[in-house]
Amino acid sequence: MLTQAFSEAFSLIASANPDLYEILWLSVKVSLTALLSASILALPLGTILAISEFKGKRAIVTFFTAMMGLPPVVVGLFVYLMLSRSGPLGVLELLYTPAAMIIAQCILIVPIVTSLTHQIIEELNREYRDLFFSLRIDTGRAIFAYLWDARFSLLTTVLAGFGRAISEVGAVMIVGGNINHLTRIMTTAIALETSKGNLALALALGIVLLMIALVVNALVMIVKTFAMDKGYA
Amino acid sequence: MIIRKAKQIGVLCLAAIIGISTAYAESIILQSTTSTKNSGLYDYILPLIEQDTGVAVNVVAVGTGQAIKNAERCDGDILLVHAKASEVKFVKEGFGVKRSDLMYNDFVIVGPVNDPAGIHGSNDVSNALKTIAQKESLFASRGDDSGTHKAELRLWSASDTDPSKASGAWYLETGSGMGSTLNLAVGKEAYVLSDRATWINFANKQDFRIHVQGDKRLFNQYGIILINPARCPLVKTTAGQAVIDWLLSKRGQTAIASYKVNGTQLFFPNGE
Repeated sequence: MLTQAFSEAFSLIASANPDLYEILWLSVKVSLTALLSASILALPLGTILAISEFKGKRAIVTFFTAMMGLPPVVVGLFVYLMLSRSGPLGVLELLYTPAAMIIAQCILIVPIVTSLTHQIIEELNREYRDLFFSLRIDTGRAIFAYLWDARFSLLTTVLAGFGRAISEVGAVMIVGGNINHLTRIMTTAIALETSKGNLALALALGIVLLMIALVVNALVMIVKTFAMDKGYA
Repeated sequence: MIIRKAKQIGVLCLAAIIGISTAYAESIILQSTTSTKNSGLYDYILPLIEQDTGVAVNVVAVGTGQAIKNAERCDGDILLVHAKASEVKFVKEGFGVKRSDLMYNDFVIVGPVNDPAGIHGSNDVSNALKTIAQKESLFASRGDDSGTHKAELRLWSASDTDPSKASGAWYLETGSGMGSTLNLAVGKEAYVLSDRATWINFANKQDFRIHVQGDKRLFNQYGIILINPARCPLVKTTAGQAVIDWLLSKRGQTAIASYKVNGTQLFFPNGE
């Protein structure tokens, strides 16, 4: 079965199967959009949580850390009920569209990026706090400076979010509906082929997904190494 | 400057989301049972529908129970399921406009080739189920309120047997779709009730075969319903009705009858 799956995976890629590329491209597009939207929100949020002091901060940080373990099915159900035609946002007609999947994935990623950003910036803050205070740098500038300085460590954070998004199936199945040529992505296609008993094909799709994840991670790591070398040269 | 940049990125993201979600023409959502999808029927007839009516049909395939629940929340335009009693109730309660018979096929009991309960060749489903219960042979049930699950429960009660007491012992409720349940049954060498279309298409049969078939009580009727626009104002009535009319028309019924897998006809049109 395993060898069959591997050979099927390679022949799928080699044959340039248009259906496969459509599904693959949608997977990447949905997860990257979700990651981008989540990062715009979560990177500054994590930084603010790290550098500012206010009442209830511990509770918020604990909340986000706990939400890292949010079960995707629950998120899917929540987004479904919101976007359902009988739900509060039903008029937007977003259910069973890629946008619904982006929203669900975004909710799953935000806690991860927020928590990990908070952790990274908190350590940095111990070094910079007094300096920034004495230079009277305002918060907006400080946030940008922290994020910029920690950019290489934050890449791993962002990759963790991407990994969660691209591998997730429970939430996107509910809100996307696994509609052929519209909302079918790699993970829901794998679930579908498994349910049809096409186990080798399902595993082959899994191998392709894994390769995509490897390529994305490798690319980011290359960029990181290259940039760091340049930066410290 | 940073804020302006962030704003720009935000706008771009929003545009991307909206762009992705609206980039398709007139389309409707079909809340459907899984067997019609897993059997490949939709891949065959949906292009014909789009060609004739100009409507693209997007299929959300879940169990019949879930499909009906989703339709009650207005999440779809038409409903294609196989549980007549529930469908009639759905229409009666005002969720659907009208229910029409569309097509039928039948259920079969499949199991391992060594046939531990010795039911092979039987065409009396009650006897077969009673024997399975007496011998406590493993039996995998959908347990998910799907059309097949409802049919299975009806067959058990027609056999004066209540398998729920043995749940977790020889009666295994998977709570998942037909395909997943078949996978589990094959793995555990358990008997399982399946619609014939899904079984014929199922690729992981290993040494499983059909043991019981041909009983009148194994009849499996599919129905189609337009979701009621009076309750769900966003329902695309015209497009939805066009698709239903097409399916019930001579052309649609012929198309259903001509769909074959390995030379076997999977669905038999009986639209009204």
